[in-house]
Amino acid sequence: MEVVGQLQKQYVDFITSLFREAYLDDQYVQLQKLQDDSNPEFVVEVVSIFFEDSEKLLNDLASSLLVSISLFWVFILCLRPSLLLMVVLFFLLFLFQLYSQQQVVDFKKVDGYVHQFKGSSSSVGAQRVKNACVTLRNFCEEKNLDGCSRYLNLVKQEFYLVKNKLETLLRVSITLW
Amino acid sequence: MGVAAAESQFHVLAVDDSLIDRKLIERLLKTSSYQVTTVDSGSKALEFLGLQENDSNTPHETSVCPKIHQEVGVNLVITDYCMPGMTGYDLLKKIKESSSLKNIPVIIMSSENVPSRISRCLEGGAEEFFLKPVRLSDVSKLRPHLMRTKCCNQENEENKCWNQEKQVNIESSEIESQTAAQSNNKNKRKAIDEGISPDITRPRYNGHSLVSNHL
Repeated sequence: MEVVGQLQKQYVDFITSLFREAYLDDQYVQLQKLQDDSNPEFVVEVVSIFFEDSEKLLNDLASSLLVSISLFWVFILCLRPSLLLMVVLFFLLFLFQLYSQQQVVDFKKVDGYVHQFKGSSSSVGAQRVKNACVTLRNFCEEKNLDGCSRYLNLVKQEFYLVKNKLETLLRVSITLW
Repeated sequence: MGVAAAESQFHVLAVDDSLIDRKLIERLLKTSSYQVTTVDSGSKALEFLGLQENDSNTPHETSVCPKIHQEVGVNLVITDYCMPGMTGYDLLKKIKESSSLKNIPVIIMSSENVPSRISRCLEGGAEEFFLKPVRLSDVSKLRPHLMRTKCCNQENEENKCWNQEKQVNIESSEIESQTAAQSNNKNKRKAIDEGISPDITRPRYNGHSLVSNHL
């Protein structure tokens, strides 16, 4: 019983720290309130859906921000130009790629995905993920590809962090209660 | 007894393209003792509501009529604003423009706090606008809208069916069917009173929620 008491205290300390560090916010508490004996798996269900949905969204986001122009490089190499010509061509292509990426990326589509991710993270109480999504959306509006790429990485990072913590939390709560 | 049971529960149609939000709103509504149907798009919502529309137009089966309408009847629609294809606002307009559906109260939810959007929806006929994520306190605001429309519908339905019964039951004794309708009437009144009983929403606290006190 002593051990259980200890574990429970550890659990409480852990979840308190999650709230303090803004990994989770009050919405998570709301989810817990909706769980009862008639629906004992509610939090686990919602969080699982969140994990699945998010993985898919992150993949969609990554691929929508990626522009493949690698074929051009292969073509250049096949031409076997002289070294000087090759350097010039690479340089021109590099500029072209920079320019076209801005045009080719469908920022509206990216914004759509981020909006969804913001919504789902907000519904689950994943505050840091939600905040990162908000900033990412701003970059989308500005069509700032560099900003978008950077913040997508941050969103991903925050997601995996909170996922890890939630998995621990839920695993412990299932054994304790 | 079956009639009373079906009528003491309000039926809410929830529309949202996000699975998480559908789960959430379903749980919120069920906790508040509402019957819930969830759909993931405005077009599916209209399809579902269309059943109700057809039922009220189909030929008339004596005293079964009020029961059918109530069984597929939707008492309230709660919809997300941002959805691909038909937005929540489009759905709101379609409901309000339909002669049979326009009395159904519509609530709009959105994750974005845009004042112009909110006023546009309210002007379009929405009863309320909820900011997401929706909470139990928001859901408790639904009851007055439901009570108001349910009472009106009840009276309209009773009048409609009494007229229909008079027309159809020419051969069978009219007195019998009218007595039956009147006793149904009494049951319905009782069911309405039962519906006004105090909210049985009681957030349950378990070990986890103790933490909220520490915050």
